[in-house]
Amino acid sequence: MKSKEIITHSAAETQQVGEQLAQRLPKGTVILLDGDLGAGKTTFTKGLATGLEIKQLVRSPTFTIMREYHDGRLPLYHMDAYRLENGGGADLGLEEYFDSDGVLVIEWSQWIADLLPADYLRVSLKRADQEDEATRTLTLTAHGTLFVQLVATLKRPADE
Amino acid sequence: MKSKTSLILAFETSCDETSVAVIRDGRKVLANEVATQIKSHQRFGGVVPEVASRHHIEQITICLEQALQTAQVDYADLSAVAVTYGPGLVGSLLVGVTAAKTVAWAHHLPLLPVNHIAGHIYAAQFVQPIKFPAMALVVSGGHTELVWMPTENQFEIIGETRDDAVGETYDKVGRTMGLAYPAGPQVDQLAQQGHDTFAFPRAMQDEAGYDFSFSGLKSSFINRVHHAEQVHEQLSQVDLAASFQAAAVDVLVDKTVRALHEYPAQQLILAGGVAANHELRQRLASAVANQVRLVMAPAQFCGDNAAMIGAAGWMLEKHQVRADLDLNANPSLEFERIQLKKH
Repeated sequence: MKSKEIITHSAAETQQVGEQLAQRLPKGTVILLDGDLGAGKTTFTKGLATGLEIKQLVRSPTFTIMREYHDGRLPLYHMDAYRLENGGGADLGLEEYFDSDGVLVIEWSQWIADLLPADYLRVSLKRADQEDEATRTLTLTAHGTLFVQLVATLKRPADE
Repeated sequence: MKSKTSLILAFETSCDETSVAVIRDGRKVLANEVATQIKSHQRFGGVVPEVASRHHIEQITICLEQALQTAQVDYADLSAVAVTYGPGLVGSLLVGVTAAKTVAWAHHLPLLPVNHIAGHIYAAQFVQPIKFPAMALVVSGGHTELVWMPTENQFEIIGETRDDAVGETYDKVGRTMGLAYPAGPQVDQLAQQGHDTFAFPRAMQDEAGYDFSFSGLKSSFINRVHHAEQVHEQLSQVDLAASFQAAAVDVLVDKTVRALHEYPAQQLILAGGVAANHELRQRLASAVANQVRLVMAPAQFCGDNAAMIGAAGWMLEKHQVRADLDLNANPSLEFERIQLKKH
């Protein structure tokens, strides 16, 4: 299965999906995280960190472009290309993180599209509708062959 | 013993800016060259990969030569080399660290390893010498921290943001309003013409401790604007900006005032890019007027620059804190977080 949709009803559930996913990720994983401002990208990443047994507080990497967390099962590299809309990604040596010893999460990856590797997992978060502030649709899509199996075995929070 | 003049060459390349400065005795800026990547992209009308990919590397020697020329000093006059070794982007940091190590090695100079946040705080030295104990509120695009300094060269975090930094929140809120990056100064300007009518949440204002959280305020703002768009309601831009700013500044001022009660200081230092914000400056000044002397970093040294790294380097030089030539960049460098007293 290349793609799967999961509906979450709270920030805690969104976090749980990230946590469950992180427990199965091999090193070198690249995750592209899509969603509007306030869609829950940081919340999802906090879940990934928990799943990687990281105790450090996950904070937004928007201005620093990258935050690294090394106290878990695998290092977590949290990248945000939000400020690179007008380019500059190549300048910062970001491609050096793509073949990492850990898990790399990239927000606003469209601004560094020409730097991205062939295999990655795309996670997009969408709000169900404007009146409902809590519900999100998470779509996980495997690009390349590496993550097809992983997507297929991922459970919805309610199934667990 | 006659004290020798300190003349520090400082490098800062932790993020977007490439900067080299020359600082005399920790307080006098003889030169401060700053090359901003964003500007260089504008100048070439978008990204020219060949230009962009070597930006820091190309800029650093130009900045170095210009800084020495402006300061009218030679390598032989220098007493030490200071450099930001973290936190920041590893690839960017390494350019500065390598340049600083090269100069230190070639000219037999001590190498001073500076934490970028200590640099922001030490920008206050360009106004007046820091007196201890001191408290610093560091507010920028990437940081929101209350730093307690019981003595010189001791930095302890007593509170910090749990999610987004306040400067980032300013920018994202501004973007939602259709303002161009960086939107912070524009939001500040609009806010001065409006009123706090939207009653956005003051996150963690009532919680013990000194941590901050701004992502709830961001979401609440975005939800309000999106809802209005859906029902075709016109919202006042100036009132939106004023309401957001009031909520953000309320929490910053409140927590800082409370921290000063528990940790009485001789000075409160306001530093970082958001330190240029008008309302924050005014509100903080009046809130602590009877409590402590407020020192605000000069506006031109609020953003990232090497002058502030030279000022913090001077303090390390005084305390004979030196790095060896195997100094490496530390992208996740942090001050110690201290255990708070019981609340």
